[in-house]
Amino acid sequence: MDTPYAIEMLNITKKFPGIIANDNITLQLKRGEIHALLGENGAGKSTLMSVLFGLYQPEEGVIKKDGKEVKINDPNDANDLGIGMVHQHFKLVECFTVLDNIILGVEPNNHGVLQKEEARKKVLALSEKYGLMVDPDAKIEDITVGMQQRTEILKMLYRDNEILIFDEPTAVLTPQEIDELMQIMRNLKAEGKSILFISHKLAEIMAVADRCTILRKGKYIGTVETAKTTAQELSSLMVGRNVNFHIEKKPQKLGDVVLEVEGMTVASKAHSNNAVKNVSLKVRKGEIVCIAGIDGNGQTEFVHGITGLEPLVSGTIKLNGMDISKAPIRKRNTSGMSHIPEDRHKHGLVLDYSLENNLVLQTYFEPEFTSKSGFLKKDNIRSYSERLIKEFDVRSGQGPVTPARAMSGGNQQKAIIAREIDKDPDLLVAVQPTRGLDVGAIEFVHKQLIDRRDSGKAVLLVSLELDEVMDVPDRILVMYEGEIVGEFDPKKTTQEELGLYMAGAKRMEVKA
Amino acid sequence: MLLLIQYTLIFASVLILVALGGCYSEHSGVINLGLEGIMVMGALGGALAMRYLPVSLPGFIFILLVLFFAILVGVVYSSLLAVASINFKADQTIVGTALNMLGTAAATVIVKAINTAANPNDVSSIIQYIEPKKKFIMYFGSFEFNWFMFITLVILFGAWFVLYKTKFGLRLMACGEHPQAAASVGINVFKMRWSGVLISGGLGGLGGICYILAGVSEWRFEYGVAGFGFLALAVMIFGQWKPTRIALAALMFGFFRALSNTYMGFGFLAALNLPSTIYNMLPYIISLIVLALTSKNSKAPKAEGIPYDQGMR
Repeated sequence: MDTPYAIEMLNITKKFPGIIANDNITLQLKRGEIHALLGENGAGKSTLMSVLFGLYQPEEGVIKKDGKEVKINDPNDANDLGIGMVHQHFKLVECFTVLDNIILGVEPNNHGVLQKEEARKKVLALSEKYGLMVDPDAKIEDITVGMQQRTEILKMLYRDNEILIFDEPTAVLTPQEIDELMQIMRNLKAEGKSILFISHKLAEIMAVADRCTILRKGKYIGTVETAKTTAQELSSLMVGRNVNFHIEKKPQKLGDVVLEVEGMTVASKAHSNNAVKNVSLKVRKGEIVCIAGIDGNGQTEFVHGITGLEPLVSGTIKLNGMDISKAPIRKRNTSGMSHIPEDRHKHGLVLDYSLENNLVLQTYFEPEFTSKSGFLKKDNIRSYSERLIKEFDVRSGQGPVTPARAMSGGNQQKAIIAREIDKDPDLLVAVQPTRGLDVGAIEFVHKQLIDRRDSGKAVLLVSLELDEVMDVPDRILVMYEGEIVGEFDPKKTTQEELGLYMAGAKRMEVKA
Repeated sequence: MLLLIQYTLIFASVLILVALGGCYSEHSGVINLGLEGIMVMGALGGALAMRYLPVSLPGFIFILLVLFFAILVGVVYSSLLAVASINFKADQTIVGTALNMLGTAAATVIVKAINTAANPNDVSSIIQYIEPKKKFIMYFGSFEFNWFMFITLVILFGAWFVLYKTKFGLRLMACGEHPQAAASVGINVFKMRWSGVLISGGLGGLGGICYILAGVSEWRFEYGVAGFGFLALAVMIFGQWKPTRIALAALMFGFFRALSNTYMGFGFLAALNLPSTIYNMLPYIISLIVLALTSKNSKAPKAEGIPYDQGMR
């Protein structure tokens, strides 16, 4: 124990065919510190963690625990060394209780018969000690995402893990829950736990971490003390250039109403209540309106109602004054609506089609692409797709004939954006358009949205990312449990204020 | 009336055993559509045991041996499903269907071969077990008590206890709901799924021998088990994969099945003068209606039918 480091990954190199995912990376986690691991998508964070959990074996480098070299062959080895992880997508059995999830795999038992009382006492003591309030007998499917995350944390503590890894833990939380999580992490640190905090959110890293290791494109960039640096410096280390956080917008020129929704109600597939309740709103030319809210508060059904993926229970939708409440999807598409869907694999692309066919998915029937006798005009499709690929810088292995499935998420998204924007729609409905994209691609998407606005068209943005909600739109509407509960000017509000409305703690009357 | 109760109980026993089998398999994450075929094979194992074991054996030991062979054949046969769907990640629906077709056909061929070898003129697929059957039966007055009723009760309680009160049950259900979560806490998903399928095979085999002992003293294997495996699946779904509810559902279906054996004993039903085929159809029609009405809200194990792939995290 003469080393200050709880776990060290020294000079780790991991190669995959055609790519070096980790190139000589060193990460040293001190006992009792919060250490952030910062990097864009594809920087090698996940690979490094998979090496730590024994899912991959590195070609070079060693892992040391308390100064002694260790061999980790599978996740059980990592667990035996006291390493635990809160995964980005929780590993919880939804129909089990909190307690059952915590003890799963290390069940206290007497000849195979469960002895839960002892476990319950330990769980209650732990939640008391670290301020993790969860009802051990509640079912996972009935509790909030924040509580599910606490269950994951309790899982690690129940196993007496000393090294706790949090993989993008704040992505799914409200601002208030994020504050609570930060406090929990400080409590854990005070009790001597060592924490590795994987994130690309600079503000959170500055707020809670002691030190920060930065990766870029698989390479080790450096380790800095957060007290001696700034968010700006961290971001340029992460991206390799100065990033413009400020989004340039021209002065607003509001025009006619493009989208008018009145009393819209949409049923829910998950439960018997309506997912969207009597929502009314207007979107005008030259503005970006953002629907903000925590995931699962009816945004998905709201968009499905507008784009025609689901029928309305009641209410009307008008596009440029024309009633499209019952119009089929193609009619809406050809009348000036474009849709960048939330789930690009399910509603955005036919993954096994080529890129060029995906680019004409909504226009293939136009005379430009289909002859009178019903055959596709392949040459026109090819030249059209080549133009879009060039204009929107869609990168792929084989150009127009690349299967969509073989493209990276960012380029799949670019392809969808190219297709939807090239139609020059009056209304662009963009749902989480930057989900899973890295900083550079996010900048590109935001610029496209602003361009639509500046050229006098309307944009309806649905976002879960608070930074995006604050920076991009001209007007914010907060949705909570299927209703619009607040309207804000992004220049005159704060993330904290939005958070209160998103969590249902406050609400105001909003007129369309 | 007593006859109706007696038949209800014995048919419900069959359904409970087989549905619990399905329940174990599905809670581990493997859909077992092959229960029908497994029942036939279990029935074959038990029937052959009754044919070849000396009737002079004490009743208790005789019963145990018959059960043992029925379970053994069921387990061995279900391992085909386990290998194909767990190790080779085959489509579970297709494997199950294949097991059903193979089950009846193989049993018929085997029994015919045995019969012809014993007597070249005998090309039937019938096995008789008039004497052995008596060992399974006790009389309380005119009520014909079948030991299977007791065995089923014990297994029903055991199944409930194992699923909800033991480490094994907790782990099994985790594998059927979220195998990645189970694997992340060090549970061997392949092993748990194998256990689920093999238990299912054992219970299916037991249900098979119980079914052919329920009413008759000989069985023609060409008939298979007349869709009882599928009826058991319906019972399992109607019972929402929970042992206690499965028992209630099985009693309901058992009642309608029993009605077709005994409706002549009820004056008002006999007076309706409906053809007996109507009563024979009842359980199946009811299962159609019940499933159509209830399956919308059914809560199947979330990961059932999806082969577990370690790479998917």
